[in-house]
Amino acid sequence: MEYFALTNAWLIPLMPAIAFVLIGLFFKRWSALSACIAVFASAVSFILAIFAAIAVIGSGISVDAPFVGHVIWAEAAGLHFEMGMLIDPLSVMMLFVVSLVSLLVQIYSIGYMRGDKSFGRFFAYISLFSASMLGLNISANFLQMYIFWELVGLCSYLLIGFYYQRIAAREAAKKAFITTRIGDFGLLIGILLLQTVFGTVDFLELRQLLPSYIASYGTGTLTIIGILLFIGPIGKSGQFPLHVWLPDAMEGPAPVSALIHAATMVVAGVYLVARAYFLFASVPALLEFIAWLGAFTAFFGASIAISQREIKRILAYSTISQLGYMMLALGVGSLTASLFHLFTHAFFKALLFLCAGAVMHAMNDEADIFKMGGLRKKIPIVFITMTIGVLAISGVPPFAGFFSKDEILSAALSVNTPIYIIAVITAFMTAFYMARLLFVVFFGEKTNMRLHHISCFMQIPLVLLAVLSLVSGLGGYIYDFGYWIRFGAPQPEHMDISIAVLSAVLPLLAFILAWNIYVRKKWSADCIAARMGVLYTISFHKYYIDEFYAVLCRFFIDGIGRVMYFIDIYIIGGIINVISGLVLFSSTLLGKIQTGQTQRYAAAFLCGVIILLLCGILYFNKISGITAGGGVL
Amino acid sequence: MIIGITHFLIISAALFCIGLYGILIKRNLFSILMCIELMLNAVNINLAAFNYFLPMPDLSGQVMILFSVAVAAAEVAVGLALIFRVYRDFRTVNIDKLNSMKG
Amino acid sequence: MEFPFMSTILLMPVLAIFLLFFVPPSSEKTIKIISATAMLISFLLTVYVYISYDNSAGGLQFTEKIPWISDLGVSYSVGIDGISLPMLFLTNIIGLASVFSSWNINKRPKEFFILLLLLIAGVTGTFIAMDLFIFLLFYELVVIPIYIMVIVWGSTKKVSKEYAGMKLTMYLLIGSAFMLVGIIALYLQAFPPGMRTFDIVALANAHFYGTLSQQFQIIVFLLMLLGFGTLLSMFPFHTWSPDGYAGAPTAVSMIHAGVLKKIGGYGLIRLGLLILPEGAKFWAPLIILLGLANVIYAAYIAIVQKDLKYVVGYSSVSHMGYVLLGFAALNTISLSGAVANMVAHGIMSALFFAMIGYVYEKTHMRSTEQLHGLAHQMPKIATGFMLAGMSSVGLPGLIGFIPEYTTFVGLFAKYPVLAIAAVSGIIFTSIYILRVLQKILFGPRDSRFDCYNDAKGAELVPLFLLSAVLILFGLFPQLLLAPINSGISPLGPFLDRLNAAPSLLFTLGGIW
Repeated sequence: MEYFALTNAWLIPLMPAIAFVLIGLFFKRWSALSACIAVFASAVSFILAIFAAIAVIGSGISVDAPFVGHVIWAEAAGLHFEMGMLIDPLSVMMLFVVSLVSLLVQIYSIGYMRGDKSFGRFFAYISLFSASMLGLNISANFLQMYIFWELVGLCSYLLIGFYYQRIAAREAAKKAFITTRIGDFGLLIGILLLQTVFGTVDFLELRQLLPSYIASYGTGTLTIIGILLFIGPIGKSGQFPLHVWLPDAMEGPAPVSALIHAATMVVAGVYLVARAYFLFASVPALLEFIAWLGAFTAFFGASIAISQREIKRILAYSTISQLGYMMLALGVGSLTASLFHLFTHAFFKALLFLCAGAVMHAMNDEADIFKMGGLRKKIPIVFITMTIGVLAISGVPPFAGFFSKDEILSAALSVNTPIYIIAVITAFMTAFYMARLLFVVFFGEKTNMRLHHISCFMQIPLVLLAVLSLVSGLGGYIYDFGYWIRFGAPQPEHMDISIAVLSAVLPLLAFILAWNIYVRKKWSADCIAARMGVLYTISFHKYYIDEFYAVLCRFFIDGIGRVMYFIDIYIIGGIINVISGLVLFSSTLLGKIQTGQTQRYAAAFLCGVIILLLCGILYFNKISGITAGGGVL
Repeated sequence: MIIGITHFLIISAALFCIGLYGILIKRNLFSILMCIELMLNAVNINLAAFNYFLPMPDLSGQVMILFSVAVAAAEVAVGLALIFRVYRDFRTVNIDKLNSMKG
Repeated sequence: MEFPFMSTILLMPVLAIFLLFFVPPSSEKTIKIISATAMLISFLLTVYVYISYDNSAGGLQFTEKIPWISDLGVSYSVGIDGISLPMLFLTNIIGLASVFSSWNINKRPKEFFILLLLLIAGVTGTFIAMDLFIFLLFYELVVIPIYIMVIVWGSTKKVSKEYAGMKLTMYLLIGSAFMLVGIIALYLQAFPPGMRTFDIVALANAHFYGTLSQQFQIIVFLLMLLGFGTLLSMFPFHTWSPDGYAGAPTAVSMIHAGVLKKIGGYGLIRLGLLILPEGAKFWAPLIILLGLANVIYAAYIAIVQKDLKYVVGYSSVSHMGYVLLGFAALNTISLSGAVANMVAHGIMSALFFAMIGYVYEKTHMRSTEQLHGLAHQMPKIATGFMLAGMSSVGLPGLIGFIPEYTTFVGLFAKYPVLAIAAVSGIIFTSIYILRVLQKILFGPRDSRFDCYNDAKGAELVPLFLLSAVLILFGLFPQLLLAPINSGISPLGPFLDRLNAAPSLLFTLGGIW
């Protein structure tokens, strides 16, 4: 069975794809049936993924010696398009995370989406997403990855715009697609350059070709390729400056935010960098760029999250910040730390989003946290699980986030101190705004609203994810995550005591601060905001980046478009019209000759005959003059 | 005075010129038609004269004239019919008024 | 002698036309059924030919040759190879779809379907002709029905249908005049008197004998480029395309954008590159620049358009830029991409125009400012729009992606910097496509449109047919690439020699 799962890993993405086709084509109308199909397919995928993971652990497959399979998908004049699967601990870890979170989110959605008239459509899209994401995980070459990368983008588009009757949703969907498309543009060029320079886009072949290429040509071209490739992750993983779509993406249903815009799809960028790490690691300047961008994004996201009011927006900016963390870890050279954080983050962020969804569901889709309050007693299960999630993301030991964050911090400290300091400040801010969220929603004055019931379909995934948020960090630490998922030689897990203490104390400080501000009201939040003045305004308005882009877009897209259209109509079209006008004009001139009076025609005819006769006679004269020396006339 | 071919040719040329003049000057369609007949007959005279003054006269020119006269008769018939038609449509035979072909 | 597939495919519409002459104009149902049956038979035969074409052998297959005017070297010679086979398939599938998309025509249906079938027969003939004379004959045959159809059944919105029809016809005729001069010059120059022939294969070998000097090739290729470039809506000869499509009835827009434009690309490869390689090489850098202008300039204009047909019209101009780029990069990969792009764009623009036609037929609106939230009332039409739009954006899994990617790979090998600019087209495309789709399809339910039905009955045929091909070729691109491969791959050595040959001193290629 394990062996079967390993060699037929392509079945893992295929299962949800089948579910998509079945639901989309036939069973969209029957809600219960479509949910059953989707969940069943996900469950099969998950089981296969577990078996594949067991097989990988059992059979000694490592990142250096992965299991691969190829088929030729298409070929055009010597250009091969391959579909393959690359199974190593990295991809198996992703398969496990994605299929698990996807399964749990689908179960949750049964409760969350109940009664929606597009229930079947939702499950079709979610299944398509799972299929694409799982396909992305087993990709063996850049092109295949790009294909699934685009498909997850499509699913994201469809699911953000799921409530297509809402203007905000459709605008957010469009924004997400176009913004990530800009990233894909870079990625596609990078892939095309790889194809041109190396003649292949296969990960393993590239890994073998790269050292000799660097030896003979240096890293100039590779830097360009690396930067271009990295533009893709910037778009997809919400790094500055292409992060703008991610907060808006919260227009989709909460399970979608949990699955796609927190746990799985947005980490595709991190996964891509990890997959192509051999390329990025060979250019130190590139890594440094990634590290700084990640650090900046981490800080930047946190600084916005701190002032937002909508529950899902806070979480969205927190996602941006955490993704920045992962990029930072990749940049400082620790693939292990980054993916460990990806692993734990998937669970606790999905948990947080699902909790947020549950809260909103209970509160009749109210999103502003300051209109909530005192929910602790009314929905205790959500309160408990959310608390676990908050503790996990803040990095309180022994929750999952503590271990992964600690590893990132120690990796950062060993390479680059300024980045380390930024990371520590971000960690503090993260703990603060998450505590703010928790305290404002669950403590404080009670709302008198009648709350919706939260069904068991929604509760079970919450509990399971809470458990995972609790144990995944410790489990990863004990079972030596770094032995399996690494770049280069395995690094033994170690814990730097000073960093550990610092990262344990900081969140506690942040919690106390938040407690004093938001629960005991020792210091007024408004007062602080007022004193911060400009800083608060900028943060609240997200650094005015959206406005900036809107102006840019109006000027460079619509403005230039109008100018071009003007040129098309009045210059290119104008030249054509002038030419056709000339023809018309000359024809009217010539038309004047046609008086319609036959006698004039006859006169003209006569003149013509006379002239021709004269010409003929003169000509004849000339010829006979030459030949005979005499004239007729 | 011996009447030679030149005399015939002069007469025929005069006839032709009169016809041509009429065609260019006259405004009435009937007159124009009659002028056309004049020109045609000028050609017939030419044919007859040349035939008569051939070194070995035969009748081929005369036969040609017969053809020409027959065709001319047909032409007059068609022309007259057309003129009547024109008159019924436009209520005029003045050629200056018939300028609907004007560009 | 084996069954004459090519002639049967060509003559089925003609046969239907003859039958239609005897059908009274009032029995609309019969007229439509006869047309649909004829096209269905043609289509099924085409599918059979597509399947049974031997990709490994390649070359010309299903040939038929009957001498016609032997003094001039004209013969009725038809056949297909790997380049024309996808085009033939495209013609017949869009022909079938366009017949069904015209199911609701009730103004003079008899004349409409006769002209439509004539148009389809003409286009089919151009693609299967292996004789230049026949090619030209069919090409000219195509222009006339289009004019009449636009004038009589067209629609007047922003420009009058008379203007649109006139513009379309004038452009195509002027273009074909240049082409005609080029073809006659080619005919006279290629072989000495007595051996002259219009046979395309023979002409393609002429440059080996050295009868076509470099100067001659350069001049004649320019003439061909003017002719085929106009047809392909090459910048700056593209302005007929949006206006013409806007005025034309649905079926004509479908066939015109879907198939007819591709005659331009097909002609450039078949007559331009294969017969006049030196000329093609000389003008390639210019074509690259013009193609780039097509891609970006037209995409920019499409962004600010309000009328759906104008958006798709400019979009097709933009996509034709990829065909030009693929052609002008002059290597096997890029050429495969160009041919595949023609098929991809044909299918998706036909689907687009069919959907726009349905919406316009029902609501008499075409402006993105008037149409809102159609996904509520017309989910099936919305699906068609989405599929066509996403394919246009180049989403993997649909027909548009692999051709685009292949073109880019070919282009990168030769002009890396310009290729980056060309790839940026994918951003602009996604901007205008998504803007339009989200405006007309999504948003709050508008009760004004509640009285309109979704597509049903015969209207669904084009939707299903084209969508099925869109997805099938997207998931299994080998279905599309295999015949193209068999047509293009043998050109490899020929293109290598061409690229390696020393270029003229004043070749523009040195600059880039």
